[in-house]
Amino acid sequence: MYQFNYQKAGSADEAASAVTAAEDGRFLAGGMTLIPTLKQRLAQPSDLVDLAGISDLVGIEDGGDSITIKGMTRHVDVANSDVVQSKIPALASLADNIGDPQVRNRGTIGGSLANNDPAADYPAAVLGLNATVITNTREIAAEDYFDGMFTTVLEEGELITAVRFPVPEKAAYTKFPNPASRYALVGVMVAQTGGDTRVAVTGAGQDGVFRAGDIESALSGNWSADAAKGVKMSDADLNSDIHASAEYRAHLISVMASRAVTAAG
Amino acid sequence: MTGTGIGASVKRVEDQRFLTGNGNYTDDINRPGQSHAWILRSPHAHATLKSVDTSKAEKADGVIAIFTGADMAADEIGGLPCGWQIHNKDGSPMLEPGHPPLAHEKVRYVGDQVAIVIAATRDAARDAAELIEIDYGVLPAVIDMDSALAGGTLVHDDVPNNRCFDWEIGEKDAVDEAFAAADHVVSIDLVNNRLIPNAMEPRAAISDFDRSTSQYTLFTTSQNPHVIRLLMGAFVLQIPEHKLRVVAPDVGGGFGSKIFHYAEEAILTWAAAKVHQPIKWTAERSESFATDAHGRDHESHAELALDKSGKFLGLRVATKANVGAYLSTFGSSVPTYLYATLLAGVYTTPAIYAEVQTVFTNTVPVDAYRGAGRPECTYLLERLVTKAAREVGIDPVELRKMNMIQPDQYPYQTPVALMYDCGDSPATFASALKASDYAGFEKRRAAAEKSGKLRGIGISTYVEACGIAPSAVAGALGARAGLYESAQVRVHPTGSVTVYTGTHNHGQGHETTFAQLVSESFGIPIDQIEISHGDTDQVQFGMGTYGSRSLAVGGPAILNACNKVIDKAKKIAAHIMEADVSDIEFADGKFTVAGTDKEMAFGEISLAAYVPHNYPIEEIEPGLDENAFYDPLNFSFPGGAHICEVEVDPETGDSEIISFTAVDDVGRVVNPMIVEGQVHGGLAQGVGQAMLEGCVYDDNGQLLTGSYMDYTMPRADDLPNFSVATQSVMGASNPLEVKGVGEVGAIGSPPAVVNAILDALAPLGVEDISMPATPLKVWQAIQESSVRQAAE
Repeated sequence: MYQFNYQKAGSADEAASAVTAAEDGRFLAGGMTLIPTLKQRLAQPSDLVDLAGISDLVGIEDGGDSITIKGMTRHVDVANSDVVQSKIPALASLADNIGDPQVRNRGTIGGSLANNDPAADYPAAVLGLNATVITNTREIAAEDYFDGMFTTVLEEGELITAVRFPVPEKAAYTKFPNPASRYALVGVMVAQTGGDTRVAVTGAGQDGVFRAGDIESALSGNWSADAAKGVKMSDADLNSDIHASAEYRAHLISVMASRAVTAAG
Repeated sequence: MTGTGIGASVKRVEDQRFLTGNGNYTDDINRPGQSHAWILRSPHAHATLKSVDTSKAEKADGVIAIFTGADMAADEIGGLPCGWQIHNKDGSPMLEPGHPPLAHEKVRYVGDQVAIVIAATRDAARDAAELIEIDYGVLPAVIDMDSALAGGTLVHDDVPNNRCFDWEIGEKDAVDEAFAAADHVVSIDLVNNRLIPNAMEPRAAISDFDRSTSQYTLFTTSQNPHVIRLLMGAFVLQIPEHKLRVVAPDVGGGFGSKIFHYAEEAILTWAAAKVHQPIKWTAERSESFATDAHGRDHESHAELALDKSGKFLGLRVATKANVGAYLSTFGSSVPTYLYATLLAGVYTTPAIYAEVQTVFTNTVPVDAYRGAGRPECTYLLERLVTKAAREVGIDPVELRKMNMIQPDQYPYQTPVALMYDCGDSPATFASALKASDYAGFEKRRAAAEKSGKLRGIGISTYVEACGIAPSAVAGALGARAGLYESAQVRVHPTGSVTVYTGTHNHGQGHETTFAQLVSESFGIPIDQIEISHGDTDQVQFGMGTYGSRSLAVGGPAILNACNKVIDKAKKIAAHIMEADVSDIEFADGKFTVAGTDKEMAFGEISLAAYVPHNYPIEEIEPGLDENAFYDPLNFSFPGGAHICEVEVDPETGDSEIISFTAVDDVGRVVNPMIVEGQVHGGLAQGVGQAMLEGCVYDDNGQLLTGSYMDYTMPRADDLPNFSVATQSVMGASNPLEVKGVGEVGAIGSPPAVVNAILDALAPLGVEDISMPATPLKVWQAIQESSVRQAAE
């Protein structure tokens, strides 16, 4: 990797100021994407501002009809949380299947969402469960947060401090993994929250996570695996690569959605 | 009895250091005053080097020196040699274009070496490398073999149609006659997918030059340090053996990819004498993907002629093999003598003809990878035989049985040069059928159907040739080196033993298995025995480890040296115990005089040999230190039967291996635990080839599968609990009667897996699927087939 300045922040505000003050500053959360990127010399930030020491950014709060997960909470802690397991088991299970144990012991929810990898799992949870992304400056609705692959509406120096998930009536996440990377080739979160049906798809879209409106419509009237499977998704705007054609991804969206509906009950 | 002799599942003695992080790998080694190298590589698959300007980089912090291909050319450094000369059909030799260690005038694949930057630190070297200004004249790249053979773009200007050679084996006329008389002809077109080796330890090297003695030293991640010394010293750098020490310390896996003499070894060794300080280089994982020699990459058309009853009459094969941009050390032998000579397989096919064209492309060189030619052959045969069973309407088990070589037919001369010395394919096949409950499969298929899964079963019966090799035979076929092995057995005064072997241990467990041979021979426990390998200054000579040869060729060398020790020890014992040497018996570590109670322990004799106070000094020399070279009379021929059962999810195309049964004949088993582990590892790689791994270049020669994000290495959860057994016929052509086990798993298994998937998909009308059978490919095959069925 190239040389950079390493800074360790004591608070979210301190971290935000440090990144803003730097010539080309970057937050360092779990580092599961950033560090390999640096090692391959694909990025050359002037400063890394490490968030690891900020205790205010870690933890899971039970808000009754919602759960708030702070930005630097690791995947393993979400997966093992009693609160998450009891109130949104789909979210605990999603976190428990991100990457491998090493990744789950380092990677964080804030880091994952800020990076917005088009095949990451958490974006499907945020969009599918209609979560709110909380930053050091504002609250952003899931609908407004994602802005294309590896892109979000976060501004320079803006830091995800927490994510608030409303508790759904039912939800499940089903992933068909990329055989090589085990990222989602197609991952689908289905949820019913406050009577609202949402189906969020990660891994498949050229612009990252998106809602599968046709499947949502089908499920709104008939919450069943067959209803989901019966929707033939268009392959327009879907990714095509050596692991999956757009056509295959379109097909897998319906299949994964139907399996998620079965799992959600 | 020591309990550590032949047949004991002794725990691996090397694991203590490996599992506690105390291995001593090349990158763990640091030399005083060491500098670090970064190799600048071509980002283009095919380009002229119009100019290479290092002036800015040379001024960068920490830079010691930068060398380019022009510098090596100015020193008249030779090209990297190929170890095996193949001849064309017309008798002319293969074309061997130059293979400069640092590219000169032209680069030919992404990753080709362009310059070496030597600096105080690795980061400084890499920083400076980014300042080198290169004007590439980008040329069109030729990636697929058909385009290459069509000519147009030439990888080497002096190789028309990019064809390295056009070789044949077998009797063409006899095969034509067989086909003319056939009742059935079954044909198949197959791709044997290109693989990237992925040893856990990336390649690394440290070079050093001692100005006071003009002695070169190279530490390198090699499976065969003496071969590297020979090839690099004699052909590339012109350094005589006595001035060149090559050390391959602990090596973290090779699978063939560390056999070859790589450019970096020569570049570093040459440069060490220029900069007068040691130079260290360790590949990044990305470099491993791009520059370790790849494996396989064949395209074949094959036809099988059968009579009315299903008896095989003839086999005709045409193969194109990709050798990449340059001929690697064994790149020419793998798709020829290690491949087509096995085309009889386990069958009595009387007439076989194969022709092989090897093709240069703008990709990294292709060379031996676990199995090297035999997996390609086995895949072709077992896919073809399974297809024949379906087309002719004979059960695949029965078709195999009726064509198998029977035990009483050994030694069996095949129509393609090899003579199988011993074996019993029907026996291993029968055992595998029983162990896999083949008879009960249809019930399991029906049960799977109820849960929406398609279940299939696939068979592969195979034989392979290893224990490479009889030197005279290999030489007649074009090998440019001998292929014997050597051992030195040094008994120390107090009776402990150090064995120097010319083979190399990089995961196979030699330090345990070989010690067991000595334990058995001398009747001493293995904690009294050390196996030493890898250092050309310590080990007399050796050809290294590949082709499942270490025990089959290196083992008898150790055994023979042990026997020399025992012969000498008996003379010492006879002298001291005042008996005739013919009356001395040796068993369980004791020398006894027959018919008396006189005895001396092994350690007492060794002490006498080194403290020769009472000693037959007029008859024999002091000391107890013997060496032996062993050159086998034939290859060895492991074989067996693999049966795989899969379930396919027709909605997603995802296939899961439910069970895998392997019954292998590997000859005498020295350490059953290690043998089982070797089979497991081979099977994992075979499953990897069949379902997961596939190297993909785009049309411009960029490697699309250049990391684990896109290249699917097998993981534990991709694999079933293997059911593994050995069932051996003794009689292999070496004194230990061992056959070799390192590669059987990777050779036998891929067709079993693919045949199983095709069996599962057969009800849908799917007839072909290519490796790796990924979910995408399986799903697409189902779609295309369903579409076709609907249309009909």
